[in-house]
Amino acid sequence: MLSIADKIFSSRLFTGTGKFSSSAVMRDALLASGSELVTVALKRIDIHNAEDDILQHLNHAQFNLLPNTSGARNAKEAVFAAELAREALETNWLKLEIHPDPKYLMPDPIETLKATEELAKKGFIVLPYIHADPVLCKRLEDAGTAAVMPLGSTIGSNKGLKTIDFLQIIIEQSKVPVVVDAGIGAPSDAAWAMEIGADAVLVNTAIAVSENPVRMAMAFKMAVEAGRMAYEAKLAKAVHAEASSPLTSFLNSL
Amino acid sequence: MSFVNIFEGYNWDDVKHSIYSKQARDVENALNAQQRTLEDFKALISPAALPYLEQMAQLSHRITQKRFGKTIQMYIPMYLSNECQNICTYCGFSLTNKIPRKTLNDKEILSEVAVIKKMGYDNILLVSGEAHITVGVDYFKHAIDLIRPHFSNIAMEVQPLDSDEYAELAQAGLTTVLVYQETYHKEEYKTHHPKGKKSIFNYRLETPNRLGEAGIHKMGLGVLIGLEDWRTDSFFTALHLNYLERTYWKSKYSLSFPRLRPHAGGIVPKMEMSDSELVQLICAYRIFNEEVELSLSTRESETLRNNLIKIGITSISAGSKTNPGGYTVATESLEQFEINDERTPQQIAEIIRQQGYEPVWKDWDRALQSTSSIPV
Repeated sequence: MLSIADKIFSSRLFTGTGKFSSSAVMRDALLASGSELVTVALKRIDIHNAEDDILQHLNHAQFNLLPNTSGARNAKEAVFAAELAREALETNWLKLEIHPDPKYLMPDPIETLKATEELAKKGFIVLPYIHADPVLCKRLEDAGTAAVMPLGSTIGSNKGLKTIDFLQIIIEQSKVPVVVDAGIGAPSDAAWAMEIGADAVLVNTAIAVSENPVRMAMAFKMAVEAGRMAYEAKLAKAVHAEASSPLTSFLNSL
Repeated sequence: MSFVNIFEGYNWDDVKHSIYSKQARDVENALNAQQRTLEDFKALISPAALPYLEQMAQLSHRITQKRFGKTIQMYIPMYLSNECQNICTYCGFSLTNKIPRKTLNDKEILSEVAVIKKMGYDNILLVSGEAHITVGVDYFKHAIDLIRPHFSNIAMEVQPLDSDEYAELAQAGLTTVLVYQETYHKEEYKTHHPKGKKSIFNYRLETPNRLGEAGIHKMGLGVLIGLEDWRTDSFFTALHLNYLERTYWKSKYSLSFPRLRPHAGGIVPKMEMSDSELVQLICAYRIFNEEVELSLSTRESETLRNNLIKIGITSISAGSKTNPGGYTVATESLEQFEINDERTPQQIAEIIRQQGYEPVWKDWDRALQSTSSIPV
């Protein structure tokens, strides 16, 4: 079982709530995915409206809400948005997103580190969205992060694990859970991330934009379970062909 | 470096010739490219690309869904004033048009706001003519202060302002500014804007630079289609966008493609753009730039708008009035241009849902603007 801060998760598939064709489709897909942690953008919801369409559809025992700060361009904006989200949604969990670049939505490492330090001090459970940067992950640990969420490739690109080498270093070194976020385009990408030892993955576009989001959500659920099972069962190492001219046979004649 | 320096490195006729010389193989190369260049964009808007329209639409549809999902943003214009000191040959508000002039007062602004809120909107576009004394920065600032409690996103389409003025309005809660160049043909621009501050071509051309310096979140570009060769004008729009994305990388961008519509005292378009060509341009913009927002107004017909939802646009207006007070207080005042699609916001929202998309009313939060004026 995966545990982050005070919560235990039986599903290692975290999900996003954007890009769906309707809130009803979103709810059905997320229920089918088995996901227990769903991230929702503060900018999309109306926190002053108790009947907000998105929040209504996420009001289900299976889901824990993970508000995110998408749209924030610096630490100050993110901290302000986080405090508002905490008060309105009554959760101190936060997906920290700071991307001053609205084109590729690349996360700002400097502002993210600053905001994580501040938010952790204020008692938030911070899950920051970051580039797959192993040093930044260690710095975030020192700052009190609850987990790290390195990207597989750019948000919404469906390009898969372009950062695989760095994800492996992060997983090897990390003391906090590693959630691979962004770019996971197919169940096979999710399975791969789990096979290399990621603690969880976060998927949105690949489910929301598919022709059949409910079926796709189920496919991701199974892929994440399969990938985790393979990791726990320890994958056999790939066997490489032996070199034709042995380099150590001289030892026998010594 | 200002865009003017880059712009002056191009010659209109050379660009036009280059676009019209593109061949089928250039179009195919553009469609198959991983990263697309301005030369690819020329091929995609060229006459040679018309036979590839279905392929372009399929590609545009896929790229748009990947980035924006199955969603369409909803916005509505609110005209604050039709006072104007400019002469623009194509505009109903032009100084020489003998029409009653009106600028909304506080009470009128709030009654318009009430009606617009009832329609479900949370994203408003403030529009005016250009009358610096009566409808200047102080007026806009005051209007934004009045409106801000009611909308999470406030955009503006008024006369170009100076950088410090934009910064002041951003501080008050403005997120988005649309300033269309009308045409990038410098001589033709002069004939359509013979009088008023708007006649200064370079001041308008440098407006996005001033917006970038002021740290405005989103800016909108475009030309008025019909004033000049739309292909050449669209190339310069793409060139401008390319430059701005590199220079002001923290800003978002949106493009519009208004076609000249009938209005009081109007002119006949120099070059008409067919519906197929409009589809071609939308697809070309999308294939060239996967992240730019593409916005569609009520200038276009019902059928066209119904079908463009899936093709690449990302935001749409509905139920619009293009006259100050048009929603409540002065419903008969003269409009800037004729609306083509008069369906209500709820009808349009239903059409969007029928196509398998979600109409999005709110996609911004004031909480994210606690530090509006960002140092650049």
